[in-house]
Amino acid sequence: MIKVVVNISLKFGVLDPQGKAVNHALHTMGFDSIKSVRVGKQIVLDMQDDTDENILKNVTLMCESLLANTVIEDYTIEIVR
Amino acid sequence: MIAILQFAGTNCEYDTKYAFEKLGQKCELIWHKNDKLPENTDLVVVPGGFSYGDYLRSGAIARFSPIMKEVVKFANSGGNVLGICNGFQILVESHLLPGAMKRNDNLHFISKFHKLKVVSNNNKFLRLLSNNEILNIPIAHAEGNFYINEDGLKELYDNEQVILKYCDDNGCELNPNGATDSIAGVCNKTKNVFGLMPHPERAIDNEIGSIDGINMLKGFLN
Repeated sequence: MIKVVVNISLKFGVLDPQGKAVNHALHTMGFDSIKSVRVGKQIVLDMQDDTDENILKNVTLMCESLLANTVIEDYTIEIVR
Repeated sequence: MIAILQFAGTNCEYDTKYAFEKLGQKCELIWHKNDKLPENTDLVVVPGGFSYGDYLRSGAIARFSPIMKEVVKFANSGGNVLGICNGFQILVESHLLPGAMKRNDNLHFISKFHKLKVVSNNNKFLRLLSNNEILNIPIAHAEGNFYINEDGLKELYDNEQVILKYCDDNGCELNPNGATDSIAGVCNKTKNVFGLMPHPERAIDNEIGSIDGINMLKGFLN
């Protein structure tokens, strides 16, 4: 088995209402050094081991069709060996 | 015959059925695991609710239900499809409608009557209404922040695909959720697939606040 970590975030330039709210809360707490916050999600897949190339191909297909909405979201795929 | 889809988590199917039956239409609820629409289907309605608990993204998982393959086929062959609220989200995720949905700007679930302005009546859905007519229709959603990029927006306007906007009592744009250009409803290029966040099926009786939904739903009837 192998772990594959998919990180999904709103595309740069798409306003992130959740990030904005968290940023505001952190400033209220006194963390003035924060410039902006983006909130994303992480999906961890336990998969049968395969070549990196095959895993990347399959997980990319998963991201493009279900895991991310590429109209507003970007994703990164990390294979953890 | 009007086919009203039912996913796990749909909760507006009976309101929708009631509304169309009140207009004298025959309706059938279609469970999402069916892989066929009834042969005499004139209109498919994807009603509101929280299909699959809104997991991942609203509408993202419902899109892969067996019935949606049929709905895409039906739409691509010119059949009329209407998505209300979660139904709109499902149609966007299915790529039957352009754009995407984000969380409301204020992160709240907004449930209230809101004024809408008809932007384009040059379509089957809103043909009984006038352009700039103001309607009073309830909204109830947390993810109705319709997003589309600049090029996509221009294309929507060029093809008269922006059909409804949120407005105030005077018809000036008033944006409850952060949607691009206060857009509340759109259609596809060929004007047979429609989506809107507000609930016309909840505005069919003066006793519950408005009858402005009747002339919207009636548009689909002959």
